[in-house]
Amino acid sequence: MNWEPVIGIEVHVELKTASKMFCGCRVDFGSEPNTNVCPVCLALPGALPVPNEQAIEWIVQIGLALNCTISPQSLFHRKNYFYADLPKNYQISQFDIPVCSGGFLDVVLDGETVRVAINRVHQEEDTGKSIHVGGGGRIHSAEATLLDFNRAGVPLVEVVTEPDIHSPAQARAYAQQLRSVIETLGVSDAKLEEGSMRFDANVSIRPQGDQELGAKVEVKNMNSFRSLERALAYEIVRQTELREDGQRIPQETRHWDEEAGITQGMRSKEGSSDYRYFPEPDLVPIVVSDEQRERIRSTLPELPHERRARYVDFGLDSHAAWVLVSGEDGLAGLFEDAVGLGADPKQVAKWLTGETTAYLRREDATIESRALTAAHLVEMTGMLAAGKLSASAAKEVLTGVLDGEGSPGEVATARDLIQMSDGAAIEVEVDAVLDSNPDALEKIRSGDMKPFGFLVGQVMRATSGKADPKVVNEILRNRASQ
Amino acid sequence: MSYHSLSDASAALRDGSVTSRELTDAALDRASKTEAELHAYLTLDHDGARQSADAADAAFAAGRDSGPFQGIPVAIKDNLVTRGIETTAASQILAGYIPPYDGTAVARLKAQGAVITGKTNLDEFAMGSSTENSAFGPTRNPWNTNRVPGGSSGGSAVAVAAGSALVGLGSDTGGSIRQPAALCGVVGMKPTYGLVSRYGLIAFASSLDQIGPITRTVEDSVAALETLAGHDPLDATSYRGDVPDFRVGFDDGVAGLTIGVVRQLSGEGFEAGVEAAFRRTVDLLSEAGARVVEVSLPSLDVSLSAYYLIAPAECSANLARFDGVRYGLRHDGPTVEEMMTATRADGFGPEVIRRILLGTYALSAGYYDAFYGQAQKVRTKVIQDFEAAYEQADVLVSPTAPTTAFEVGSKTQEPLSMYLSDICTIPSNLAGDPAISVPVGLDDAGLPIGFQVMAPALGEAVMFRVARAVERAVAFEQRPPMLEVWS
Amino acid sequence: MPIDIDIAHVARLARLGLSDEELSGYQAQLGVILDHAARVQEFDTEGVEPTAHPLSMVNAFRPDEVRPSLDRREVLEQSPAHEDGYFRVPPHLETQ
Ligand SMILES: [Zn+2]
Repeated sequence: MNWEPVIGIEVHVELKTASKMFCGCRVDFGSEPNTNVCPVCLALPGALPVPNEQAIEWIVQIGLALNCTISPQSLFHRKNYFYADLPKNYQISQFDIPVCSGGFLDVVLDGETVRVAINRVHQEEDTGKSIHVGGGGRIHSAEATLLDFNRAGVPLVEVVTEPDIHSPAQARAYAQQLRSVIETLGVSDAKLEEGSMRFDANVSIRPQGDQELGAKVEVKNMNSFRSLERALAYEIVRQTELREDGQRIPQETRHWDEEAGITQGMRSKEGSSDYRYFPEPDLVPIVVSDEQRERIRSTLPELPHERRARYVDFGLDSHAAWVLVSGEDGLAGLFEDAVGLGADPKQVAKWLTGETTAYLRREDATIESRALTAAHLVEMTGMLAAGKLSASAAKEVLTGVLDGEGSPGEVATARDLIQMSDGAAIEVEVDAVLDSNPDALEKIRSGDMKPFGFLVGQVMRATSGKADPKVVNEILRNRASQ
Repeated sequence: MSYHSLSDASAALRDGSVTSRELTDAALDRASKTEAELHAYLTLDHDGARQSADAADAAFAAGRDSGPFQGIPVAIKDNLVTRGIETTAASQILAGYIPPYDGTAVARLKAQGAVITGKTNLDEFAMGSSTENSAFGPTRNPWNTNRVPGGSSGGSAVAVAAGSALVGLGSDTGGSIRQPAALCGVVGMKPTYGLVSRYGLIAFASSLDQIGPITRTVEDSVAALETLAGHDPLDATSYRGDVPDFRVGFDDGVAGLTIGVVRQLSGEGFEAGVEAAFRRTVDLLSEAGARVVEVSLPSLDVSLSAYYLIAPAECSANLARFDGVRYGLRHDGPTVEEMMTATRADGFGPEVIRRILLGTYALSAGYYDAFYGQAQKVRTKVIQDFEAAYEQADVLVSPTAPTTAFEVGSKTQEPLSMYLSDICTIPSNLAGDPAISVPVGLDDAGLPIGFQVMAPALGEAVMFRVARAVERAVAFEQRPPMLEVWS
Repeated sequence: MPIDIDIAHVARLARLGLSDEELSGYQAQLGVILDHAARVQEFDTEGVEPTAHPLSMVNAFRPDEVRPSLDRREVLEQSPAHEDGYFRVPPHLETQ
């Protein structure tokens, strides 16, 4: 039987407001424990929440960027569950009427576009952090838990997809492209490694063609795009094997173990699913007028898919456009600047998405930390077009520039990589070779092209490889037809 | 030396005939004589009070006048947090807890230079109508110490009635200011929801709770509300419009006003003495020129049921923060979960546990629509009923409570019967409207009877105007007989 | 019809560690109270919108401005147990 994976993804994004969601405490992750706390975020008796207006503006931005409907009126609810890092023992969240609902994100994967439906985008607050001490730091054998409430009450936006994703690669592409949207909006650091962007996935499998959804398994603790993809791939195989074996898949929450490369069932929480949502009586409804919504829409920056479309209009293929927009940070900026300075878009895109990206991955570096500028790109692509650099020399030059050795011209000179592209100088060399090989010339003139390659090789050898092969070819062809 | 009211004392402070220190010492002295029997206070802050009194006297001497509360001894219900003064909400779970901040109402009083005498007793977390549900022992009624003072703001009502404070702050979720004021022969008012900031009030039921004053006179109630009311950016439910003028027509009497007598708030369950005093007062208003009509609130009966679903539901979440993690009591256990369940079972009294269980159930999966959701619809009906009634009358009136003060211990075994006694006061909380209780006489047993005046939202001015007319017409001047012994 | 409550489940949800005897006492009391409260169900609320709040206010926000936090010493002094600037509690049984 063919099994179809059905995946839904919940992404939590911490907003980078100056202050927390419901109080004036600073949002800052480098502080000493429990120094950014107040009566509100510590849930001291008598304290009351007041929502941060900036957070509301930003969630509307996110919703609009994801093509959502913005609710004219939405509500905060209390989500009740006891947990030591949740000071009020309820989380202020949204339930039946979130700020944003019913959107989509068009995700490009291998040159194809897949539309992922967004169920909702809602506003909530983060919890504190626990550290387990004693027992080697492992949760189950810890002697105690230490709590830091600096993160408690930091604004969180949750983006929930429909169960609309059908492969781990799609899931990864969705997550990456969502991150790119969030980054473009500038509303979050969106750093996976620091937890300012976190994923949970719901995974089930069903016989191909079935409409009904299987029991869903929630997978948590995936801290990178790669681990998201790996965890989902593992989970799909695990579920498929169980089903093939005739077993039922229990609905549960599983924890991704990055090191072991497996998901593991978590000890279930008794009664935890009954969150007893009810409207938060300490808060009043959020109303977004048509006017406000359109004002916010008008301030949206160019979104990744719009930028991608513009790059395709420059003549780029959709993959290159995608890599520029959603790949390494800063590539798109360099690209735009170089094109602005008159460089050929396709050439610049080729070098940025190819060699530059490969270099950054290899060196585990960011583009900002490297000396490459838009002017360098203009210079290098110009040298290529003028025949002063061969393709392989250009690779070397680019590496040198990235390494901080100077401009492309300086690197090429220092490394002796400038191509001989001066026609007259090359003619002299060609003529010398032809003089020494009259037979070969004769053969070509009589229509036998076999020695042509040999002659090119001789010229290249005579110039120690610096002659532009294109120019050599051209001159040889001229001589042959004389 | 004894001053009848805030306004008397305020005038005397300004003409130099008394000092704040003298007023404060008199209040503390009264407390020292009455507390063993009455137990109005959980904490008396002698040192802090005397320091504030001296500061107020220094301000007067320097010609500084920050408002009517400057130098006035005020008692604060112990569910209002006070920086540096133990605040327990009468619960073991908060025993010893010292808040690091002042609630807004307290801060407003302090900003005027008020003298905080101490923190008064209440039903634990304001859940009750008798101040018997205090983890630290009940408060007794100064009119008869075998009787309850009402609740939950029993301590503040008793402090004002007994003279150990000139003004008391209370909180009213279903009648917790008005009912003890009625049972203790003083004036208690619940403002329009949102008029007084709830920041610093330990929440019982957030959509119903309001802070208000307990005073000796209606004039004092106005002065107190003028001090307490106003927008607070720390409370998202705080009213953002201009605070209305509460004194419009204050002394104009009731001529030309229409008084609506609520049909459902009489008859079965209402004591004869209470009914008689109520009718007498309505007649006096009529004689004073008011038109008296009968109005109906058809949803009144079911409003009690709605209240006893909404309030516990909100309380079940509001009280979740008391878990032994960050402050207050901790009963240790091998895991944090066991610590929490042990702490909460130990730290909360039976009435609080009853309401948490009730509210948790009413919100739980499968029951929300039938209970909480339906109760919220009933709430809409209550509001609509009031709106219809206010088309016929400027204010509505009723007894504040069906009975006078009952005997200590007489109802503690029957929670439902205790709940039903809040029938007169609960509707105003559900509607968010203002209401005041004014003493209008004593029953045959010598126990005070309260008369309630209800008005539409932000209709405090007309409410005070009628209350003032009642006060004048009735001229209730009796004091608890025991005060002779205690002074 | 007396309302039958799974009182042990409700107590677990509310994190109240009660004995069986206490539980059955509360179960009986809650049954009586809920019988009365269930009258809300008989009330005709067809077409009636729920009221969560007596105010018809909307959009009560605060500007995104940092305000002073509390002094950590003062905060931790009130805690039953603390260590190195953290609140200390017994270990979690469950993971979230
Ligand atoms: Zn805070």
